[in-house]
Amino acid sequence: MAAMNDAIQDLQATLRAASAARTPLVITGGGSKRFLGHGVPGATLSTASLTGIVDYEPRELVLTVRAGTPLAEVERVLAESAQMLPFDPPHFGAGATIGGTVATGLSGPRRAYAGSVRDFMLGVRILDGGGQDLSFGGRVIKNVAGYDITRLMAGAMGTLGVLVEMSFKVLPNPAAEATLCLEMDAAAAIERINLWAGSPLPLSATSWHAGRLHVRLSGAAAGVKAAVEKIGGERIEDGGAFWHALREQRAPFFTEAKSIFRVSVPATTHANIRGTSESQWIEWGGAQRWLRDVADIAALRSEVSALGGHVTCFRGGPANSTVFHPLAPALVPLSRRLKATFDPAGILNPGRLDSF
Amino acid sequence: MHAAAAVSEDSAIRRARRVEIAEGLRRILPPASVIADDEPLRAYECDGLAAYRQVPLVAVLPADEAEVRAVLRFANQHEVPVVARGSGTGLSGGATPHGDGILLVMSRFNRILGVDPLARTAVVQPGVRNLAISERVAPYGLYYAPDPSSQIACSIGGNVAENSGGVHCLKYGLTVHNILKLRVVTIDGEVLVIGADALDAPGYDLLALMTGSEGLLGVVTEVTVKLTPKPQVARVVMASFAEVEAAGNAVAAVIGAGIVPAGLEMMDKLATRAVEDFVHAGYDLDAEAILLCESDGTAEEVEEEIGKISTVMRACGATTILVSADEAERLKFWSGRKAAFPAVGRISADYYCMDGSIPRRELARVLRRTAELSIHYGLACANVFHAGDGNLHPLILYDGGKPGELSRAEQFGADLLELCIEVGGTITGEHGVGIEKINQMCSQFRPAELERFHAVKAAFDAKTLLNPGKAVPLLHRCAEYGAMRVTAGKLPFADIPRF
Repeated sequence: MAAMNDAIQDLQATLRAASAARTPLVITGGGSKRFLGHGVPGATLSTASLTGIVDYEPRELVLTVRAGTPLAEVERVLAESAQMLPFDPPHFGAGATIGGTVATGLSGPRRAYAGSVRDFMLGVRILDGGGQDLSFGGRVIKNVAGYDITRLMAGAMGTLGVLVEMSFKVLPNPAAEATLCLEMDAAAAIERINLWAGSPLPLSATSWHAGRLHVRLSGAAAGVKAAVEKIGGERIEDGGAFWHALREQRAPFFTEAKSIFRVSVPATTHANIRGTSESQWIEWGGAQRWLRDVADIAALRSEVSALGGHVTCFRGGPANSTVFHPLAPALVPLSRRLKATFDPAGILNPGRLDSF
Repeated sequence: MHAAAAVSEDSAIRRARRVEIAEGLRRILPPASVIADDEPLRAYECDGLAAYRQVPLVAVLPADEAEVRAVLRFANQHEVPVVARGSGTGLSGGATPHGDGILLVMSRFNRILGVDPLARTAVVQPGVRNLAISERVAPYGLYYAPDPSSQIACSIGGNVAENSGGVHCLKYGLTVHNILKLRVVTIDGEVLVIGADALDAPGYDLLALMTGSEGLLGVVTEVTVKLTPKPQVARVVMASFAEVEAAGNAVAAVIGAGIVPAGLEMMDKLATRAVEDFVHAGYDLDAEAILLCESDGTAEEVEEEIGKISTVMRACGATTILVSADEAERLKFWSGRKAAFPAVGRISADYYCMDGSIPRRELARVLRRTAELSIHYGLACANVFHAGDGNLHPLILYDGGKPGELSRAEQFGADLLELCIEVGGTITGEHGVGIEKINQMCSQFRPAELERFHAVKAAFDAKTLLNPGKAVPLLHRCAEYGAMRVTAGKLPFADIPRF
């Protein structure tokens, strides 16, 4: 505990000095998601000293953990009690930390049906740009005291504070799971998975690529069995491996691409964004689509904006483009004021989240 | 009370100010949409926290977003406070009017603008009642999941402002988990679109920040909600326990068995007796506590889960277990829980509803301490409890007509909130801080955190015109509150200036 206080005080001193000198800091956990967002010049501020589970009581369904704790360790500890992080976060590398998971706001295949990282956050402890130690939210499932600064941290790319500690709601592992594979084109798949999602079926993940729709069902054994019969298709024996590989983007579709674009759209959006019907990967019930090697990012963004969605240059996008979709003009000054509230000297990962 | 700074109601200055503001507003709104006489304004003098009353300077009933923008621009220009109000069912005084301010009554925003059954979304105006959404989308086999007990009356705009929960939120989440997009008008009169029809939006998560901000950051003019498929079947297990502690252990054991029930509620003896007289739900009147545990899903899932739940309850010492046989019986079992507040209202002249949230493992200790405080203050307390997610609703019974009882009830409530903080919980699980729990915010947060809340507010509303005096206390108020509650020689907030 004393060592942890020392580690936090060291980080505070670094932040105070950097704020005074206005020199940028690059907050780093395991470095597994360094590819996401603009590169930032600056001295490294590592969260490696902030490790360990602070509190975990399976019967409370609440986990409190320090930011630098490896994601793999968090998952191992939860698995011992047959529980999980329901948002199914991608690791994208052996060093992935829970802090990086929150900062990038990334969720995996279960997201469309269970919820996202931010949905399961209950509380945070952060150090702001000036090194001030602040705690928001708490360790209970329902809490509406004060503004929701906790969820504001999810996906903020470390630009609002250095995450020190976070509390999550966790859930029991499903008693049973089954993965099915059906053949159909993209348009049919989008319609089918949205129809299923509107009926009481225990869906927990969907994926379409190259003419094949994969569907995962999770829940009570009897419910999964009944849903398998209703949906039909071919049962995949090692479903776990399929979804794991998808979450970590191990298929050649991802590994052989020069650049990957994440397209977030309303789930029922048509299948032909930029005419890519057959050369895309669709997840999240249609709400998340992966495109690769798109030449004209401006045209893609304009088309997706009109559909009510947004585009992230996820990996290896063009250097002359913003990584994240430009904000509506009315949100820019407000977001700047919020940033200044937490980091007046502008030293926390400046520019990683485009202009913030 | 907080509006003490307001000029007294009948003063000439206030009358002149009212005339001036009302005339200004009638230039930008149809004259009939501006109310500036005390008598009709009395209809708006309080929300569900009826112990606090204040007639607003003026009330306006805008008909569309353009009128809301005009009112807010006017308020900003003339530096007049604005309090938005939905159905006025809130329990923490979030919609208590400001004596020198405009009450923005959103009741005319009562239309459901669109339903997309395939995408499972609905676009609604903020004055639409929570239950009206579920009724409208029922033909598609869908519903809007968050179900506060007041759902027949409360508005979706108010739900967003308070991040309302309900009895099913352990499984289905709070308001923040069930909305996709908002249109919000800022105090400058600007329209922000926050969130998206997609599952996420670029930039900071302003949707989460706006949800539960108690009307301090902006005025919601449109809400896109997520809809959930109606479960094929729902059944509820009703279990009786001879001791409250055994019921608490059963709650932990159900969760520990890997079950996430659709709802898991506890009521103590005083509460069950009050509701049984009122709605005849068939509750066991000899039990010290009863649990209602619901399972929903496909018929197969529910069958399996109900079996598991019953086994756990029995192992934890349940004296009687009943399982609803059909939908009518399920609704009957729930009717008592849903009617708990009005039922208690029948056995007591007044009651004061608390909303603390605690780690479930502290339940027995908190209930024991509640019983001790009940004796100490000489006031009965009925316990109704969203047991699954640790959210307590003790109802303190008092008679406002008897001298000193209200103040004893408030003191009792304040002690309970401090107790929730002490065991690692929070002062409000779902009702909001409003004016009611503003003092206890000083105990839950440190000065630096409260200052940060004020800074976030300033990023949206630099002049502090939206719902001022609510949700987040000023530090000098905390100094005063701290001075009142010095315990064991330890002074909270020792590091801030005293006044």
